[in-house]
Amino acid sequence: MELWFSERQSTGVRLQIKVDRSLYTAQSKYQRIDILQTQEFGKILVLDGTLMLTEKDEFIYHEMMVHVPMAVHPHVRKVLLIGAGDGGALSRLLLYPEIEHIDVVEIDKEVIEACRTYLPNLAQSFDDSRVHVEIADGLRFVRQKLDLYDLILVDSTDPFGPGEGLFTREFYGNCYNALKEDGILVNQHESPFYPQDAKEVRNIYKKTRPIFPINLLYQAHIPTYPSGHWLFGFFSKRYHPLEDLDEAGWKEKNIPTRYYNPSLHRGAFALPTYVLDLLHNEELEMEIDDDEDED
Amino acid sequence: MWHEYLMNQQKAPLYQALKKYRDNRIVPFDVPGHKQGRGNPELTKFLGKSCLGADMNSSKPLDNLIHPVSVIRDAQDLAADAFGADSAFFMVNGTSSSVQAMVMTVVGEGDEIIMPRNVHRSAINALILTGAKPIYVDPGQNEALGIPLAMPIAKVEEAITNHPNAKAVLVNNPTYYGVCGDLEKIVKIAHKAGMRVLVDEAHGTHFYFSEDLLPSAMEVGADMAAVSIHKTGGSLTQSSMLLLGKSMEGWDGYVRQIINLTQTTSASYLLMSSLDISRRNLALHGEAIYSEVIRLAQYAREEIKALDGFYAFGEELCDGDAFKYFDKTKLSIHTRSMGLSGIEVYDILRDDYGIQIEFGDLGNILAILSVGDTEANIERLIAALADIYRTRRGSPKGLLSNEYIAPTVVMSPKEAFFAPTISVPIEDSEGYVCSEFVMCYPPGIPILAPGELVTHDQLDYIRYAKEKGSSMSGTEDITLQNLNVLAP
Repeated sequence: MELWFSERQSTGVRLQIKVDRSLYTAQSKYQRIDILQTQEFGKILVLDGTLMLTEKDEFIYHEMMVHVPMAVHPHVRKVLLIGAGDGGALSRLLLYPEIEHIDVVEIDKEVIEACRTYLPNLAQSFDDSRVHVEIADGLRFVRQKLDLYDLILVDSTDPFGPGEGLFTREFYGNCYNALKEDGILVNQHESPFYPQDAKEVRNIYKKTRPIFPINLLYQAHIPTYPSGHWLFGFFSKRYHPLEDLDEAGWKEKNIPTRYYNPSLHRGAFALPTYVLDLLHNEELEMEIDDDEDED
Repeated sequence: MWHEYLMNQQKAPLYQALKKYRDNRIVPFDVPGHKQGRGNPELTKFLGKSCLGADMNSSKPLDNLIHPVSVIRDAQDLAADAFGADSAFFMVNGTSSSVQAMVMTVVGEGDEIIMPRNVHRSAINALILTGAKPIYVDPGQNEALGIPLAMPIAKVEEAITNHPNAKAVLVNNPTYYGVCGDLEKIVKIAHKAGMRVLVDEAHGTHFYFSEDLLPSAMEVGADMAAVSIHKTGGSLTQSSMLLLGKSMEGWDGYVRQIINLTQTTSASYLLMSSLDISRRNLALHGEAIYSEVIRLAQYAREEIKALDGFYAFGEELCDGDAFKYFDKTKLSIHTRSMGLSGIEVYDILRDDYGIQIEFGDLGNILAILSVGDTEANIERLIAALADIYRTRRGSPKGLLSNEYIAPTVVMSPKEAFFAPTISVPIEDSEGYVCSEFVMCYPPGIPILAPGELVTHDQLDYIRYAKEKGSSMSGTEDITLQNLNVLAP
């Protein structure tokens, strides 16, 4: 018998991964949660039919989200992590002993519980004494904070569904308030490739750019995400991601990585021309075919 | 509930008839010409096959709104039962047409009708159609917030005493801001004086379906009510109902004739089925739906009060008279004290945050909460307000508050509307008698109405509202540079 997980990545494109067996399926208040055992990618976490992470390639996404700001900001003590119920970003943050306190705000308790059971390598990070988990709406949590964090990481789902509120100007405006005067915010910034996603990239960038004086995107190659080409946003009140990169200082910390290194850090901010056009050429029009493909 | 249902509210006869008709695969050689969507593929793709398929024509199995004898009649009877009315009419030309039908039923040429000045344009339009003369009651206002209230009882009594021949009293229940006066008392004193009570419940559909909300027109014995099911009840835009109270028993045939004077003879089955389905939903689940809406609104009010800069007002302002009750589903927020007019916040929310609210006036905004709202969206609104305070706050100095500008009625709206007129630049119009409307939209409440003297205060208000970005409307001149006034 053959079982395949299939995800629609664009109107006419699907990614399929061969499944050994389903480990967990639940419908929470917010979304359907699936954890599947696959041949090629190990265990995979799927929310509402969208692939969130695989054991095989999660290191790329999480290392790029965490190490880029950590190699720039000279003294991160207090971190806010929004979304990220899988523990992947958290486990990388915990590699830095100077971090004293991490608030993790996840809206869906059941994601954390499922990951604790089925993805313990990542989710055991929730047991660290520096970690404080809050089950709450990220938007609500952050608007009550003022001048508190050195670093905010927004590890959200796509902007359609429970993560929608995390792609809004009001969210980033409130994050600005929650950051200290030299704070940095990094978000997952979607893919610039397929038109529907590209439109979101442009929308998010438009909303966040006026809020932070320093706003640059960087990229990584993530095999299982739509098109494989993924962006992150680096939004900062003071530190510049390249000028303030402390290459030697970061190397001294001896953080084990498989994707990130300071040379890649520099290169990641060099964006392809089509992405620059998407961000800066207001005239560029994007035709979006809103036809749903019929199964 | 304040009354028991006597009929089986599980039924939705019009909806069921439409489905049956469609399932019978009748071949259409009648209108509409798109023939269940086949003739207009692009529209069908946009709106969906089932939508176009339900866009049908009157016929025996589907009844006819202008003379209902089967499924539309049954659907209207169920609606009357659900709303505790003697009879109910499905309206497909908006609540404006419901308001007009109410007025045209009870007043005629030269008759007087008592109403607050902050009525919707549709009520004054009805006066143009009938030739009736308005007796305006100053609704009074909350000075701190600059919001108009409902009619104080003493002023209604005074108007009734001074105009004993008036035929009716028209009441907003609630006002756009969610303010309700003492409707029960108004019904008593008006009935005692032999006057009908007409209630504009454009924003009051939900009152009928929750113990936790306010007295509705039918509950307190009013004669007629115009209820905008599409506003807070979930039906399609432009669908509405006109309700007759128990005191109007036997009037339904005459009211239908009045409605048929101006209503289309090709009533949309999309609109009518949306009324039928919404009525069923509200009758069966309204209590639960609106208790959730109230919970969300209360939550939002508390959270907004905790933010710096904004004040989401509520029941604490009730004064037992012109602000007897507050509609708890309304999220009315005062903005002026943090240095922004409501109109500005309304625009900022849409342009910068992608949030569309119902309206902004000089000092307040209003968000409408109803059957379709979610916690996540409420969070967005609250967070956006917090962010606006962070980035835009200023001083309220120099910001005007709403003021009630008492109109000077020189002649009936009809006389003025049809009189010979000249067009003058609006800044030069002071001292003339206006022959058309000037409104900020929303809320669509006239600053000037036909038959009123143009005053300095009104012109100041218009200039200021324009400057703050309010959409002005109502004049023949679409640019609002010129105003039609009576030829001297």
